[in-house]
Amino acid sequence: MLNVLDSAVPVECWSCSVAHNESTLFCPHCSKIQPPPGGNYYSVFNLQPALNIDLAALETAFHRLSRKLHPDRFARATASEKEWSLADTALLNDAYRTLRDPLRRTEYLLKLHGAEIGEEHSGKDRRPHEMGASRAPADLLEEVFELNMQLEEMRAARSSGEDDPALARNLSEAKAKFEGLQAEVDHDLREQWTAWDNGGDAEKQAAQKAMVALLDRRRYLSNLVREVNETMGA
Amino acid sequence: MAEGRVVGIDLGTTNSLVAYMEGDKPVVIPGVDGSNLVPSVVALDPMPEGGTRPTVTVGNSARRALIETPERVIYSVKRLMGRGLSEVQSELKLFPFRLAEDVEEGEVPRIQLGELKFTPPEISAYVLRQLKRNAERFFGAPVKQAVITVPAYFNDAQRQATKDAGRMAGLEVLRLVNEPTAAALAYGLDRGKVGTIAVYDLGGGTFDISILKLRDGIFEVQSTNGDTHLGGDDIDNLLVAIALDEIQNEHGVNLRADAGAVQALRKAAIDAKIQLSTQPVARFDIELPNNDRYQREIPRAVFENLIAPILQRTAAPCKQAMLDAGVVPEDIDEVVLVGGSTRIPAVRQLVDDLFHLGARGKKPHIELNPDEVVALGAAVQADILAGSSAATEELLLLDVTPLSLGIEALGGTTAKIIQRNSTIPASATEHFTTGVDGQTNVAIHVVQGERELAADCRSLARFDLKGIPPMSAGLPRIEVKFLIDADGILHVSAREQRSGQAAQIEVKPTYGLTDEQVETMILESFDHAEEDFNKRLLIEARNEADTILAAVDRAPQSPVWHQLSGEEQSSIAAARDRLASVKLGDDTNSIRQATLALDHATRRFAELMMEAAVTTAIRGKTMDAAGEELSDEVTAPHPMAPAEFK
Repeated sequence: MLNVLDSAVPVECWSCSVAHNESTLFCPHCSKIQPPPGGNYYSVFNLQPALNIDLAALETAFHRLSRKLHPDRFARATASEKEWSLADTALLNDAYRTLRDPLRRTEYLLKLHGAEIGEEHSGKDRRPHEMGASRAPADLLEEVFELNMQLEEMRAARSSGEDDPALARNLSEAKAKFEGLQAEVDHDLREQWTAWDNGGDAEKQAAQKAMVALLDRRRYLSNLVREVNETMGA
Repeated sequence: MAEGRVVGIDLGTTNSLVAYMEGDKPVVIPGVDGSNLVPSVVALDPMPEGGTRPTVTVGNSARRALIETPERVIYSVKRLMGRGLSEVQSELKLFPFRLAEDVEEGEVPRIQLGELKFTPPEISAYVLRQLKRNAERFFGAPVKQAVITVPAYFNDAQRQATKDAGRMAGLEVLRLVNEPTAAALAYGLDRGKVGTIAVYDLGGGTFDISILKLRDGIFEVQSTNGDTHLGGDDIDNLLVAIALDEIQNEHGVNLRADAGAVQALRKAAIDAKIQLSTQPVARFDIELPNNDRYQREIPRAVFENLIAPILQRTAAPCKQAMLDAGVVPEDIDEVVLVGGSTRIPAVRQLVDDLFHLGARGKKPHIELNPDEVVALGAAVQADILAGSSAATEELLLLDVTPLSLGIEALGGTTAKIIQRNSTIPASATEHFTTGVDGQTNVAIHVVQGERELAADCRSLARFDLKGIPPMSAGLPRIEVKFLIDADGILHVSAREQRSGQAAQIEVKPTYGLTDEQVETMILESFDHAEEDFNKRLLIEARNEADTILAAVDRAPQSPVWHQLSGEEQSSIAAARDRLASVKLGDDTNSIRQATLALDHATRRFAELMMEAAVTTAIRGKTMDAAGEELSDEVTAPHPMAPAEFK
């Protein structure tokens, strides 16, 4: 599963020919930029896969690496160096975008460990989110049903130019409730992070399973909140 | 630095500028006429007798042709860059240009200009070439590399079209920089600050809002939003439309078909708009073809009511940008105003409201000229790319892509693969397979935008993955890599993983020129050759010499000539003779020096002329010299304008 992580295939630096580990962005010997390394988003930052990470340190590392890798630094370099700078910086940006966001980070780490997660499909068979889809968590069915009714009413009122303060109040309350539920999920996720980071194989397995379910719920809730925001005209 | 200078260019809807770093300070390079702004106006001179191609003029001289030969002039072409036929058609309803008659759906629309046809990038290339020449004249050396700014909200096609224009003008475009980001760079240069800033950029034709985080010289854009169809032009168009209606209703004159009259109205509308930024009231006074006068007084309050719906369109993008950046108005430490339209007091009020500035005792930044700040920032970025200066070695811009990138999925929906506001360069890898046994092609449609349906998004490109080895349906696994580069432009590559074969891709842009087309449109090749460059400098030096010689030859007829001492007169004569003889040779530098010497010798004479002219003007007499300049101005405001705008 994690074979990419510890890949230590030695390769030769294109510039000084000294052999180095495949996963470095720069040659340790001559400091020249290297083609995009193997490895994963964590190894870009020299981090071990974990869910609790130091975000301030991550940002500092992102800025430090950006200064060295960014295409702006290679505007007058050779064509290959330009190409590698572009590819390496794209990798760095993709990695930073994923790791700094708690949900994306969780999803990414779970995928690294082989978990099947909701939006894994390729573009071809992915469908847009639909309100009231069957994935609604069982304990929320009733509330989601009611919310959908209110959203329909709201849309109807909007399109006929009416103003319904009572309805708007109901929607705001519903939104607050779902945001509260989101916060609960976030809290539960954080507990599982620690369990995963510190646990042995068995704990990791259990935490992984719990997190897959929590992420599904979280995604469902944020879609609901987004829908309310859009309907209420933000 | 063998590669020469890198200049920064603001290719604007209304005006364009070129700037460079002089030491640690960005400076705008003026044109021959001493003006920093080159109006983004391109005109065709009349076809010469027996000639094959008329001369193209750019800038102030082209602007003068607007009223005399409107069918040979084009402006605001930035609004047409990277757009398809139907979009251009709807845009042209507001402008007096027409499409070439043989334009077909699917090709880059061409505009008919006199007897010739041009694509929007070609028109922009003429403006860029003028800026390039201004810079070359200023440095006395060729300029081959540039940074060009674009609205942050420009999509892939608009960016590509801008890059194409650069290439046609003989410039290697090292980077496209987003205009608001460039402005932030210009402001942030002299203060090593930390904080969150918002750049509100309302120009002639586009609106951008960007929110950036500054830290240790890194300018990290958090979010950007905007409208590539919103700007001062819209205000002008509104005023012109109202005036045309009123003229028709009250005077029974339909001026719509009279391009020259519409241009005169537009100029009056622009003047009124500008006046209203400092005056409580502006006036229209236009002479109509039937000798009636159209006279209107526009108080600022009426103007503000009229334009409120236009200005209000900037509010939603600002709110969305804050939401996307995860900030509230109170988190914004500073707001920078960019673009000529931010001189309008109502715009400043709106910005104050949007970002709760007054309530927090803050004011927006307007210290740098809003017309120049983008070019200055482009010069800073050019210096960063040249990599040779201590002033900018600590600076780095991290920009974002303004629009989500998606692919059309089953049922015509959009599957987003790179979210908007992702730091660029950014990439995404997607896997595709076949649906039918033995299928060797897979078609992919790439779109840009936020809408759920691909048809509602902007179509970027369609391409076929070809040469897939025949296999059972669903077995091939084609990996397609999408990469948005630091210019915000998309690149696609693909590989069939089971056979290890690189799938062949022909990316067909939905709107845009092919490489071959761009090649054929490159403006006169002499812009590239060193030898021809020197030849051109020589020609320009001779032209300048001729201009000053002609002026000096007329000098003795001037009434102030006799105020000069005999000594002064003979030193002018000596400098004149020297230049006249040097000019016959082909040493550019000697001609330049002799021109400067003559200029110097005539300085006191020029001052005397100027004093005399000012005295005459104050007495209310027409200045001979200024007569030509004044001819396309509208007449002076009438003191007794009868009515208000409805």
